[in-house]
Amino acid sequence: MPKDGGIGAATVRREDVRFLTGRGRYSDDIKTFGECAAVFARSNVANGTIKSINTDAAAAMPGVLAIFTGEDFADVGGNPAGWLINSRDGEPMKEPKRPVLAHGKVRHVGDAYAAVIAETVQQGRDAVEVLEVDIEEHAAVVDMKAALAGTNYVHDEIGTNQCFDWGWIEDNRDATDAAIKGAHHVTTLELVNNRLVPNAMEPRCSIGDYNPGTGDYTLHTTSQNPHLTRLLISAFVMGIPENKLTVIAPDVGGGFGSKIYHYGEEALVLAAAKKLGRTVKWTSDRSEAFLTDAHGRDHVTKIELALDKEGNFLAFRTETHANVGAYLSNFSTATPTFLHGTLMAGNYTVPLVYVNVKAVFTNTAPVDAYRGAGRPEATFSLERVIDMAARETGRDPIELRRQNFIKPDQFPFASAAGLEYDSGNYDALMDQMEKVSDKAGFAARRATSESKGLLRGFGVNAYVEACGIAPSNLVGILGARVGLYDAATVRVNATGNLSVMVGAHSHGQGHETVFPQIVADMLGIDAQSIDIVHGDTSKIPFGMGTYGSRSLAVCGSAVVRATEKIIVKATKIAAFMLEAEASDVDFDDGTFSVKGTNKSVSFGEVALKAYIPHDYPIDMIEPGLEETAFYDPANFTYPSGAYCCEVEVDPETGKVRVDRMTAVDDFGNVMNPMIVTGQVHGGLGQGIGQALVEQTTYDDDGQLLSASYMDYAMPRADDLPFYVVDHSQSTACTHNPLGAKGCGEAGAIGSPPTVVNAVIDALQSGGKNITHIDMPMTPHRVWSAMNNAQ
Amino acid sequence: MTTVTMTVNGKPVSENVEGRTLLSTLLRDDLRLTGTHIGCDTSQCGACVVHVNGQAVKSCTMFAVEAEGAEVSTIEGQANADGSLNVIQQAFQDHHGLQCGFCTPGMVMTAASLLKENPKPTEAEVRIYLEGNICRCTGYHNIVKAIMAASGQDVSSIAAE
Repeated sequence: MPKDGGIGAATVRREDVRFLTGRGRYSDDIKTFGECAAVFARSNVANGTIKSINTDAAAAMPGVLAIFTGEDFADVGGNPAGWLINSRDGEPMKEPKRPVLAHGKVRHVGDAYAAVIAETVQQGRDAVEVLEVDIEEHAAVVDMKAALAGTNYVHDEIGTNQCFDWGWIEDNRDATDAAIKGAHHVTTLELVNNRLVPNAMEPRCSIGDYNPGTGDYTLHTTSQNPHLTRLLISAFVMGIPENKLTVIAPDVGGGFGSKIYHYGEEALVLAAAKKLGRTVKWTSDRSEAFLTDAHGRDHVTKIELALDKEGNFLAFRTETHANVGAYLSNFSTATPTFLHGTLMAGNYTVPLVYVNVKAVFTNTAPVDAYRGAGRPEATFSLERVIDMAARETGRDPIELRRQNFIKPDQFPFASAAGLEYDSGNYDALMDQMEKVSDKAGFAARRATSESKGLLRGFGVNAYVEACGIAPSNLVGILGARVGLYDAATVRVNATGNLSVMVGAHSHGQGHETVFPQIVADMLGIDAQSIDIVHGDTSKIPFGMGTYGSRSLAVCGSAVVRATEKIIVKATKIAAFMLEAEASDVDFDDGTFSVKGTNKSVSFGEVALKAYIPHDYPIDMIEPGLEETAFYDPANFTYPSGAYCCEVEVDPETGKVRVDRMTAVDDFGNVMNPMIVTGQVHGGLGQGIGQALVEQTTYDDDGQLLSASYMDYAMPRADDLPFYVVDHSQSTACTHNPLGAKGCGEAGAIGSPPTVVNAVIDALQSGGKNITHIDMPMTPHRVWSAMNNAQ
Repeated sequence: MTTVTMTVNGKPVSENVEGRTLLSTLLRDDLRLTGTHIGCDTSQCGACVVHVNGQAVKSCTMFAVEAEGAEVSTIEGQANADGSLNVIQQAFQDHHGLQCGFCTPGMVMTAASLLKENPKPTEAEVRIYLEGNICRCTGYHNIVKAIMAASGQDVSSIAAE
């Protein structure tokens, strides 16, 4: 049994009270005396040369304070890619400059070429309307394969639309080719991993402030990682010294990756604040969000699976085109490579993997990490081709997977794609999935559906992902330009309550509840006496923020390490107070006691002594009780799972309904099962959304046709079922102190192939020889496939 | 500029607004009731739902001047008189019906409207009623569960914690 409010307890979230009563404080809720508004002028063409911008008429409009164009930022730095990828031939990737405002050329619809600062948003918008700009439109580069074949370049100065041509593992290329050539059976699948828009419900917002009396800048912004944003602005874009810039991410309304990155609007409001001596605020509207937030996925992949006569996997080989859009967003080069290729061995003992990824510039919004980030793409390719191979070779899809699973006694296991999985039990997950989903009852449910004229399918999936990002030395070798540790400071206040400053940022994950559970459990004190401080670079240690399911595994581990240091020091103080050797003092449930005696002092008494150090060994122990730890993980963590779903397809309309969805995951040790389950729910909603409804569509001119909620289908409550979520079959992570693996992305990784496999199963049960339909499986696509099939 | 007078969360208010000022803007910028959120510009997301004369309304679809003389209530006016969470708010906390919190005020206001019209909705009725409210975090499971729990129904058989 977990301690009340301790590790493992399903504690309700303390942050809920403010959100439920309208007392959250999101960036746009902040109103500063004298603030003015930034409004951006954005390109309405995908590719064009800026011939001239005449600001005279706009500058004369009421309330206009200043107008910025790309010219104003010609001398400052650019927004960099955070990861250097080398091509197969050893050449470094192409890195075109990404300016604060477009200069010379606009490269996607929504690319900002000017900004108006006005007293009010309405005045700013009115002024943008009369800004005179002459943009000579060029043909747009939209399709990736055409982009590589042609000579119309997104960035003329680099003379190619190929950012890189990456091979993984290059040394395995020939052996993989040979294995596929000589295999008993090869299954080949060409697929599209559809482009998605993250759509955090809170649009981005940035507020710049500058104090000319001190030279200090403050940026309030919708960020998942305020220190990383500060570092990028300081070291690469603006040159503002880090000590002169405070970045604050207050309550943030969801991120899903899109708020990891630094965006030009953040730099603009800082520059404008300095120029005007006023607070400058920009809040994105939803259309701007669709046009400019980093999108996700957008891979076109050919995957081959080679099997021997017995059904053993011999090799996976893929060729992927990955869209990076018009500019390199901060994680955009890591996502299709090291977060994707390294997972292409899946849960399997397959001996050979070769992954080729060509990253392609197009005249579309930048593409970067979105919930799962490369791992959903890997899992989708693998689990679709395995399902297809099972059908082609007449095998049961679950049994084929089990036959090739890494077995529990094989951990730690060096995968053919270069990772060392530390722990897992994939068969146990599959067993539990079959049990809690009532797979045995499927035949009867299918008969019931068929009696109503509906087709019913059962789809299955197994996944493993790499989370807890990441060991700094390892990622440094692989091209990362930052470390990926995290940090925590535990401050015991004089009166015995605690403030814990963390590098992770909570924008829905519940850190304010979970981190205190950990500390409370370790110190034996009431979790309610512990508060988390996050999101403000002037208050928190240098941590890397929240993404890649890393907060608990990495920052949570830093919290543990810092708390351990607190216990070590407090034990010394207690030993002095108890007139004993520290080695004779036990600490249990909030009380220090001398072994074999009834002498004891409470944690609170020790805290008070540390801050009022009278009668205190000041020559041996510093006063105060505050400790910081930086935690750099020894390895990635490897959450895994077995998912299944049942769909009903209406053959008259092609409409797919997910009737049952089961997720059995191994997240390692679970700190708060209520929150973990909620994280899975959210991922499932997004994954089912990708599978069935969400589609980002650019036309041949590079116009984004799906740029509002009228045109981009967000999953709604009646598109989704209740889910069955189970994490009873967990194996602890072996290398972090919590044994935790991370749970934030799993649902979005495991669910898309599950849904697609189920739809294919349903259609095949209806006698249709349909082997694949690309996502989203809209009624039109399904109906068309059925009517075109034999 | 026009003077508009209404009652918000039981208190009389009077503000000068432009004709184009939306009710949501009046609430957020003039009255500083920032619990009402703006998540889109096409009246699709539902983060701005408030009650006007007892009806759930997307406050971004209504001009402030249209609310002249109206009784408006927002998320800030939903807690019990002693400050504790009301039944719906408490159910959202108990069943983890929110994560980032941004869609939450609209969800709570819409749920209140649903339960007024239909005190014991089925799962399907809840899901259909939420058509105009988008949540990106929860996959809706715990929102639906919380609303059914708030209606007094036993939700213990609904899967998961």
